[in-house]
Amino acid sequence: MSDVLSHYLQEHERRYPEGTGDRLGELRQSALQEFRNLGFPTRRQENWKYTDVRKLCKHEFRINDDVVDLPAGRIESLPIARPDCHELVFVNGRYSPAHSRADKLAAGIIVTDLAAALNQQPELVSDHIARYSDTASSGFTALNTAFLQQGSVISLAAGAVLDKPVHLIHINTQQQQPYSGQLRNLILLGDNSEGTVIESYFGLDDAVYFTNSVCEIRLDPGSRLQHYRIQQESSNSFHLGHTTVRLQKDSRYESSVVSLGAELSRTDLNCRLEQSGAVCVLNGLYMVNGQQHTDHHIRVDHTVEATTSTQNYRGILDEQGRAVFNGKVVVHKGADKTDARQSNANLLLSDKAEVDTKPELEIYADDVKCSHGATVGQLDKNMLFYLRSRGIDEHTARSLLTFAFAGEIIRNIHMASIRERLEQLVLGRLPDAETIREFTHE
Amino acid sequence: MATENSNIEELVRKEYQHGFVTEIDADTVPPGLNEDVIRLISAKKDEPEWLLEWRLKAYRHWLTMTHPTWAHVQHPPIDYQAISYFSAPKSKKDGPKSLDEVDPKLLETYEKLGIPLHEQKMLAGVAVDAVFDSVSVATTFKEKLAAAGVIFCSFSEAVQNHPELVRQYLGTVVPGADNFFAALNSAVFTDGSFCYIPKNTRCPMELSTYFRINASNTGQFERTLIIADEGSHVSYLEGCTAPQRDENQLHAAVVELVALDNAQIKYSTVQNWYPGDENGVGGIYNFVTKRGDCRGVNSKISWTQVETGSAITWKYPSCLLRGDNSIGEFYSVAVTNGYQQADTGTKMIHLGKNTSSTIISKGISAGHAQNAYRGLVKISRKAENARNYTQCDSLLMGKQCGAHTFPYIESMNPTAQVEHEATTSKIGDDQLFYLRQRGISEEDAVNMIVNGFCKDVFRELPMEFAVEAQKLLGVTLEGAVG
Amino acid sequence: MLNINNLHASIDNKEILKGLNLEVKAGEVHAIMGPNGSGKSTLANVLSGRDGYEVTRGEVRYMDKDLLQLAPEERAREGIFLAFQYPVEIPGVNNVYLLKAALNAVRVHRGEPEMDAVDFLKLVRERIKVVNMSEELLNRSVNEGFSGGEKKRNEIFQMTLLEPKLAILDETDSGLDIDALKVVAEGVNRLRDPDRSIIMITHYQRLLDYIKPDHVHVLSRGRIIKSGGPELALELEEKGYDWVNAEADAA
Repeated sequence: MSDVLSHYLQEHERRYPEGTGDRLGELRQSALQEFRNLGFPTRRQENWKYTDVRKLCKHEFRINDDVVDLPAGRIESLPIARPDCHELVFVNGRYSPAHSRADKLAAGIIVTDLAAALNQQPELVSDHIARYSDTASSGFTALNTAFLQQGSVISLAAGAVLDKPVHLIHINTQQQQPYSGQLRNLILLGDNSEGTVIESYFGLDDAVYFTNSVCEIRLDPGSRLQHYRIQQESSNSFHLGHTTVRLQKDSRYESSVVSLGAELSRTDLNCRLEQSGAVCVLNGLYMVNGQQHTDHHIRVDHTVEATTSTQNYRGILDEQGRAVFNGKVVVHKGADKTDARQSNANLLLSDKAEVDTKPELEIYADDVKCSHGATVGQLDKNMLFYLRSRGIDEHTARSLLTFAFAGEIIRNIHMASIRERLEQLVLGRLPDAETIREFTHE
Repeated sequence: MATENSNIEELVRKEYQHGFVTEIDADTVPPGLNEDVIRLISAKKDEPEWLLEWRLKAYRHWLTMTHPTWAHVQHPPIDYQAISYFSAPKSKKDGPKSLDEVDPKLLETYEKLGIPLHEQKMLAGVAVDAVFDSVSVATTFKEKLAAAGVIFCSFSEAVQNHPELVRQYLGTVVPGADNFFAALNSAVFTDGSFCYIPKNTRCPMELSTYFRINASNTGQFERTLIIADEGSHVSYLEGCTAPQRDENQLHAAVVELVALDNAQIKYSTVQNWYPGDENGVGGIYNFVTKRGDCRGVNSKISWTQVETGSAITWKYPSCLLRGDNSIGEFYSVAVTNGYQQADTGTKMIHLGKNTSSTIISKGISAGHAQNAYRGLVKISRKAENARNYTQCDSLLMGKQCGAHTFPYIESMNPTAQVEHEATTSKIGDDQLFYLRQRGISEEDAVNMIVNGFCKDVFRELPMEFAVEAQKLLGVTLEGAVG
Repeated sequence: MLNINNLHASIDNKEILKGLNLEVKAGEVHAIMGPNGSGKSTLANVLSGRDGYEVTRGEVRYMDKDLLQLAPEERAREGIFLAFQYPVEIPGVNNVYLLKAALNAVRVHRGEPEMDAVDFLKLVRERIKVVNMSEELLNRSVNEGFSGGEKKRNEIFQMTLLEPKLAILDETDSGLDIDALKVVAEGVNRLRDPDRSIIMITHYQRLLDYIKPDHVHVLSRGRIIKSGGPELALELEEKGYDWVNAEADAA
């Protein structure tokens, strides 16, 4: 067994010396076993063909148990979008009650951290946890389940409507020893309930850490969830995020994934449309520069008749940045009247950047409308010429078109405060930010 | 096939095995694969030492490889020790004695395709002593080609008569150790076609295996090598539009194309091997490695394929765009019905500057068939201003079939432009209805729509091939709707 | 204002313009007519500086400058405006802000102060009426989702706002219905000014019913083979291009 595997096994031993007899203890034990079998993925696996995690395996990340409080005003000073929300704050992978504030919630709504939920609503957790995401899907999910403790539970009873979004803020600080947060979120929406959940991941300075986050979402008939996932991890960090969504009749899931940070990030999003009328709308934007590597894997399963999915992901790659996109649509036998669209566009700004994209369709039903498109290229010459013929200098025109390229994703974000913050973040990465900001104000 | 008859033949052969082994089976190596078998093949073909070494090297590498599993196809494991790797042209006793012994369904298909009787016999493997028209035709062709300086012969002849050319180019596009099936082929290939077009020569006619003497029974491990020297042009047609009877389950062919400066090669295939019966029993496993090397500047290689046969098709005719300004094209129609499985597509590897590639793939799936497009477009760091356009469309007919698209795009150059589009749909009910309302039968309407769907590819085929390919599509899709 | 002397230009090593001469004085309106493939759009693209066109011989002087040495944006700031035949859609770039940036780029170039948002919007409101264009289009992305007619109007609207010294209209009349054509023509006519020159590139005489040119030139096979007054356009309409070609061949 490799050193890194035994490291995590020891970490597990340290925290859970005796496998507790309850379901949770058994779950952790069996997941640990699974992790021991699977190990970390290698590039020989088709799903990891373009992403090498050996670098992550070089570190022995300590599973963090320490509560770290940040100085007053520190969070406010960070460039994180903070609309008016119920906030659960996690510092270095551990829940921080001091920074969190869940305001008074209406009846039938639970917003709490996982550790508390394990005490207060153990049956709610055990009825759902690890039932939607498959621990066998990768070593990372198994690892996460083996250390299941930190995270959040958001549960809406039938008909409940969240008065304002829930914001899960993850902040990571620089520590002596590299550490890891194993975060698990459970989001359950009852019939016809509605809500918005934002996940933000932020790393301070050069912090070296490894975020491993797994999110399980179940949408009951008629419910609607807006889900934002904004990743601004530190440039020395590793970010693994795995989200599984199960959609029941006429439910709707809208996701916006924005990945800007981390040295290496991998974001998986699996949606299973299990009853007719279910809709998922998946948007994403990734930007890499320096030596960053980002990988987005999406899988949408249409298992029954009359479901709809759209995917629209865009990437901007500069310097030696590398991006991987894999979008897969599977239309199962009998899933007629499926409407699935997928698009992935990439902009290469540097001759050292690399993109690997793979949009896939796997279709076992005939009465379907499925399409996908992928492009890789540079800025459109005609657009560039048009702007220059109107007197805009080439440099500005390039930045402007780059920003407009990202804007195609950003402008679909409903929440104004998040949209604006993302515009700032994207602009911050481009030259001539001030000039092009003008163009985009509405 | 008349099963009863072949059983009897088997019995007869068994007796022979026991009685007169050495005499009767002198030209057949017993099943199994080892270095001795390869030495034997090489010796029987009177090959030079270097070629034997080349075979052995490929074989030794093959031993370290495992059967690939990544394709979207399923089949029971293949026992490579159960295959006989060398048999001289089949004895006339092996085939059916007359057309009466041939599967009537096969004959029905020939009828529909309008194939002349003597060709039917040849295709069905009936032993006929008479000299066909095509043979004499081929002879005249050979003379014309020789006058132009074009070398077109069997691979074995080329090894004997043009060893320097064979040695210079063999394995330079598909190395002996390229992949599992290519390595196997390199070790045991028995024959195939060889073609060399000299500098600044436009080949005076379309070259076709169909017209080449000794083209039949080149066996399941065929190897083709085509070299277009500077400034030359050639159009090569492979295969035959009629379903061919063949008893070899596994076909692992290799095709290598080399285009030097300003040369152009157009390679067209119509593949219609036996697809197995309506229950998915039998049929050919067609595991082929085809690759073209645009080695020179301004060179062009164009692949066009119509794949309607075989139980399993596993092939990716590819282009290495090495020369600056070189062009690669891939036009494909793959039709699967019954229990057929196809995993086919292309690789366009852009290495030179201003290289461009076009991929047009049309997949049609009916019955219980599975049809996958798998393609790679790779833009290397130095491929300034490379261009690729890919269009993959799938048409589904029926509830039990599948259509899949697995495109890989890898780009490392910011000046390159890569565009991929794919759609999947079924035959439009409104289109069908419109045609039927105008008095066209449902089957004809389907054919019309499918042919329209494939038009962009058929347009690339030489005229007589295109017409036959259309007919063939109709035959393959028979009963797919309604 | 503009002096084109023996201009040869090619694209992908294919020579399109083969020794074109043209002089445009301040205040003049020139119509350049010619059959498809004669080099009309190449001329417009070369004058505005599009990539991919190689000038192999000849020179173009504009306001006593060597025009061919300038980048496209420099030409724009010097007062050259190209109304595109096929205006490109630019998703995500706001129409009105492009205008503001374009206008201010010219002003800064001339050493004038930038216009503030209030004055700018006032100007926009005033000028948009000229082309009878919906204000709703202003806040969309550049040309995105515009109909063919709306794109052309947008080009003319940009022109009325930017007040160029030399306007080049590349087949602005193509694809317009008669009402839109009148609106576009009115926009152009309002811009006629002793200090401003206009080059209209067109296939048909139709546009010239509404915008009276001072000079008409026939471009064929990369050269101007005949020049005259407005009556030449009528003659062309009547007799077709073969007539001039034959005449030129004879000469």
